[in-house]
Amino acid sequence: MNNILVLPMILPVLVGVILVFLRPYIRVQRVLSVLTTMASAAVAAYCLHHIHLNGIMRLDFGDWLPPHGILFVGDSFAMLLVLVACAVSSIILLYAFATTGIETETMFFYPFILFLVAGVNGSFLTGDLFNLFVCFEVMLLASYVLLTLGGRKTQLKEGITYVLINVLASWFFLLGIAYIYGVLGTLNMAHIAVRVAETGQGPLLTLIAIIFLIVFSLKAGLLLYFWLPGSYSAPPTAVAALFGALLTKVGIYALYRMFTLIFIHDPVIYKIIGVLAIVTMVAGCLGAIAYSDIRQIVSYNVIISVGFVLTGLAIATNIAFQGASYYLIHDMISKALLFLLAGTVVYLTGRSKFNEISGLIRNYPLVGWLFFLTMLAIAGIPPFSGFIGKVYIGLGAIETGSYVLLAVSFLSSIGVLYSLLRVFLNSFWGETIISEDDQKPFQKKIGLPLVLLAVLIVGLGIGAELLSPYIQDAADTLADPKQYIRAVIGDDLE
Amino acid sequence: MTKIVFFIILTFGVELFISGHNNPGGGFIGGLVLSSAFVLLYLVYDIETVHRGTPFDFKRVAALGVLLAVGTGMLSILFGESFLSQTTWLVDLPVFGETELGTMTIFEAGVALTVLGVVVTIILGISEDVE
Repeated sequence: MNNILVLPMILPVLVGVILVFLRPYIRVQRVLSVLTTMASAAVAAYCLHHIHLNGIMRLDFGDWLPPHGILFVGDSFAMLLVLVACAVSSIILLYAFATTGIETETMFFYPFILFLVAGVNGSFLTGDLFNLFVCFEVMLLASYVLLTLGGRKTQLKEGITYVLINVLASWFFLLGIAYIYGVLGTLNMAHIAVRVAETGQGPLLTLIAIIFLIVFSLKAGLLLYFWLPGSYSAPPTAVAALFGALLTKVGIYALYRMFTLIFIHDPVIYKIIGVLAIVTMVAGCLGAIAYSDIRQIVSYNVIISVGFVLTGLAIATNIAFQGASYYLIHDMISKALLFLLAGTVVYLTGRSKFNEISGLIRNYPLVGWLFFLTMLAIAGIPPFSGFIGKVYIGLGAIETGSYVLLAVSFLSSIGVLYSLLRVFLNSFWGETIISEDDQKPFQKKIGLPLVLLAVLIVGLGIGAELLSPYIQDAADTLADPKQYIRAVIGDDLE
Repeated sequence: MTKIVFFIILTFGVELFISGHNNPGGGFIGGLVLSSAFVLLYLVYDIETVHRGTPFDFKRVAALGVLLAVGTGMLSILFGESFLSQTTWLVDLPVFGETELGTMTIFEAGVALTVLGVVVTIILGISEDVE
């Protein structure tokens, strides 16, 4: 019994509900919400170490033993993502305090952010397929509200696309769950894995696997990303950063869980994922280079990284999983920072096209250099955080002889570098367009969260060694699904 | 006439709620039936009249419900049991005789209040005129 496992999900829910009653007291809401995400991060860090020492943790709700009850399973892969998600959302909350207007804040802004975090954490931790659906919905409902809160025209326009796409995807998700329950008679993920191994992954199960592939590709933005750039550039900066950092990662996590635990017997699926990843990276690069709106460029960068992380799944070796774990963590932090920086630039200049802005580094040196640092990190230049993930995924690709994947994924880094360098050279270099009198003051409270995220990026790059035992655990569990299955239903069902 | 129907629906909702968890019924459909009673009131009288009679914010009712439901889960943690563990006692009550009292009922009450609050909030949200 590990009740602590439920805290990263239930703390945000509980505090979020309490905040509903504290609607007029914005200061209390701010303090409580950031304390909650920080506490969840602390719990996740404790659990991570506990898993390293004692193996995978499991919590059966109400003592209903698996495969009958629903349960949370904490393995290192999930717990690392919970930890980073909570840490990043704490920092994004700091940015939200400084930039969100009081009018939005009183419209239950912080409760919905907490519900979003709860849904994300629940999705990472659950060990039950239907529960995964429920946590997805918690996360999505909160994101619908956050996307449209404020009610500007673009928000509503993009909101409709976003809601429709996600309702459709959820419907397919439910369909997949129904099929799998009809075929295998269980929804516990470990139990499903056992039964799939017993009956063999025939055509029917492969079809179901492809339904799940479509569903989670829609959520993660793998190939089916057409909804993403619009809806991620519409909401206020803090919300966009939260979306960019967390939401696609949940889809990626679900893909990893599905295709490292359950549907692992048909190598064709990994080929399909590889092809999807390649197309995603190429199309993402084209998008990032084609647009001149900074927010669009940043959104397309999310898509490129989705493709990149999933090359790790297509390669599916231990070392590639290590790389993917590192890269996912790096990506959550650096995408949050990139979105915040893009939003800050748009806020400071009042313009969103990079060729209309020039010489910003004279006015706001901090923003300029942070942008430069983020660009290097995302492109994978050492000693920043993107480097080690790229190296490990590259090693995995060489190991299995997947040279096409290797070539495309490293060329995509150049695409990333080019798209961001173009923004940097145009907007930050050159003659300044803002005279010192017109310059909007750059508040320290906006600078603080940016600096904190940058510290994390550098820290993850230099301190990768410290994380490596946990990353190793995560990759081991992904590479050997028996560990997960044994932790959930024991040896007797194997 | 509406008042009579209103109380019939309310009684039915409570009956559904109480019979739940061992028999067909429970917090969710109990809450749905209760909210249908309120929707009937809103249809028959106008919104202001009903608000005068029920001076609470249904958004808060929903929040209270979630708080109750999650709270029972958290209580089981405080007692050192697994999250969401429930327990029951058999108690001799003066009128009802031997009755089963369970923490499940509190959880279900939370569910019922949540459903009630959410449904009424949605219906009121739709009915509001948007300029």
